[in-house]
Amino acid sequence: MSAINPPASHESAWRGLTVARLKRAVRLGLRSLWQHRLRSLLTVLGIVFGVCSVIAMLAIGEGASYEAQEQIKSLGSQNIILRSVKPPDEQKISNQGSQSYVLNYGITYADAERIQATIPNVTVILPARNIREYAWNISKRVDCEIVGTVPWYPTMRNQRVAQGRFFTDKDMATRTSVCVLGAEMVPLLFPLESPLGKHVRVGGDYYQVIGVMEAHGHEAKTDETTETKDKSAAFRMFVPLETIKMRYGEVLMRRRSGSFEAERVELHELTVKVASLETVTGVADAIKTVLERNHKKKDYQIDVPLEMLRRAERTKQIFNIVLGSIAAISLLVGGIGIMNIMLASVTERTREIGIRRALGARRRDIIIQFLVETVMLSGIGGIMGVMLGVTIPLIVSHTAGMKTIITLWSPLLAFTISALVGVVFGIYPAVRAANMDPVEALRHE
Amino acid sequence: MSAPIVKFKDVTKTYQMGPVTVEALRGVSFAIEPGEYISIMGSSGCGKSTLLNLLGCLDRPTTGHYFLGGQDVSQMDDDALSAVRGARLGFIFQSYNLIQQLSVVENIEVPLYYQDWPEAASREVAHKLAARVGLAQRLDHKPFELSGGQQQRVAIARALVNDPLVILADEPTGNLDSASGVEILKIFDELHAQGKTLIIVTHDPTVGKRARRTLRLCDGLIESDVRH
Ligand SMILES: Nc1ncnc2c1ncn2[C@@H]1O[C@H](COP(=O)(O)OP(=O)(O)OP(=O)(O)O)[C@@H](O)[C@H]1O
Ligand SMILES: [Mg+2]
Repeated sequence: MSAINPPASHESAWRGLTVARLKRAVRLGLRSLWQHRLRSLLTVLGIVFGVCSVIAMLAIGEGASYEAQEQIKSLGSQNIILRSVKPPDEQKISNQGSQSYVLNYGITYADAERIQATIPNVTVILPARNIREYAWNISKRVDCEIVGTVPWYPTMRNQRVAQGRFFTDKDMATRTSVCVLGAEMVPLLFPLESPLGKHVRVGGDYYQVIGVMEAHGHEAKTDETTETKDKSAAFRMFVPLETIKMRYGEVLMRRRSGSFEAERVELHELTVKVASLETVTGVADAIKTVLERNHKKKDYQIDVPLEMLRRAERTKQIFNIVLGSIAAISLLVGGIGIMNIMLASVTERTREIGIRRALGARRRDIIIQFLVETVMLSGIGGIMGVMLGVTIPLIVSHTAGMKTIITLWSPLLAFTISALVGVVFGIYPAVRAANMDPVEALRHE
Repeated sequence: MSAPIVKFKDVTKTYQMGPVTVEALRGVSFAIEPGEYISIMGSSGCGKSTLLNLLGCLDRPTTGHYFLGGQDVSQMDDDALSAVRGARLGFIFQSYNLIQQLSVVENIEVPLYYQDWPEAASREVAHKLAARVGLAQRLDHKPFELSGGQQQRVAIARALVNDPLVILADEPTGNLDSASGVEILKIFDELHAQGKTLIIVTHDPTVGKRARRTLRLCDGLIESDVRH
């Protein structure tokens, strides 16, 4: 009876934290959370919604920015795009005036030559004339934009031909009546058959289909500023520039609310390819000076996809910062909620703490017990938030047709932070529980 | 005569309540041999609970020394005291003090849990002890599903599970009717017969008489120490 082995303590500070003990602590914690499941659920809602909204918003934002960037990239990041724009004061006159007259504006062939001749580092110039017309296949018709352009258009604009071929220099020189259709209009004009070799009628002229472009998602948003632009002009049909010039001349007639209106626009679009990414901004400035010198009115617009890309990236950064703040606040609020409940739980379980202490639990055993419980609470909240946050973007892209991208790091980060919130906000209640005097705690109630 | 299992030497305990100093124990010395069955009696406020808290290493004496199993535990730090409680002491309380969300077996196992016993081994010991106090059929019941007497028997099983040097009981029959109280006292007699060391604080003279020795406290001092 007198042979007593001395109590084994002090061996190492965390002697008690064996895997087996931790497993038991987790089981004990789960049971205690399950016992108050409604309370646990309500406690954890703050974390759930915090995590869920962060993941969902990130996914939607990421998707939107990806789409925008793809569109901008499809314009070519080494390109500078000039567009003809009807000057604002002219627009007013033409809207009021009932008389017919010819309006001259826009980018000219002379501009193109000047840019080519005076600015170094400019490799190719891609002119385009856009005409809004109906394209017909017997009785089917599509309201589309007929783009008169040059054979190297697809290469410069990062667009690919899906079937057949694009027109060549020879088509251009001989002004053949051929066309390449945008993928989007094929099912409308040729729902059953392959369009290759068939003819499309525009006005009184027939064009033979020699190719179909690759589907391209939505058209760039920047196109909306072009004067000929409507939503339906997502349908594009490409024809050799020389053919268009021959067919339509330089003056475009258009009927508008009872009056005729004529416009003379030489080029609707001009794409300038710059030799290297570094010189894009400089060349854009040079082009601006050249155009300013030669145009009295601002009847053109200069789009620099590279700058748009950078702006989009900056916007995304700001979006992420805002999102980060919202996430931080909501997790903070969630954490405070958890701490509040854990403090109440500690008070409620004072007696239990006293019993455990009397039966040999050290302070750190009590700390571990409550900390494990808090971390599980916030961790479970985090998991629920991740599941909800991953589901919502799926629903959004399914119902609203928006692109959403769930990056791998966002659920991981959100979950880690929510578990950390459990540690941070669990420490105080746990320490308070551990520091109770066992005698007092046993006397509680 | 073997070495005393418990030895108090000039132990005092004072509580500071603002400007007032309460001397709950004013110099207590006694020794308990292994296998003794002792009751501590005295009027209310004489310091019985204070003495029991010191015996149970839940609190430290203000001055003096307490040797438990030959080891001076009077100035140990909190972790060491916890380890001593878990390894060498068994507690039985007036209000049972079972953990409400745990079952009978799990309640019995708690001290072993903090001793890092493997689960299977501690379960086996807990089953044996539950059977010993007549609760073999109630292993998975929760405390609120048991009568007071049954709950106190669970508490006794829990106090035995770590094979303690000393079993401490504070008014173990205080909340029970006389029939259940007698049952509990019968178990104490059996434990004594097996050579366990028992210290029981009580108001009840019939309980006090069953012990073989009675320490009577008065106003923080030992008034009498009678063997019978
Ligand atoms: N935590 C404390 N703070 C201040 N004074 C205390 C404290 N605990 C006990 N006392 C005082 O110490 C004295 C002894 O108290 P104790 O609880 O030991 O009495 P007791 O003999 O157990 O009484 P009872 O039979 O009523 O339980 C009392 O005067 C009490 O007021
Ligand atoms: Mg008392």
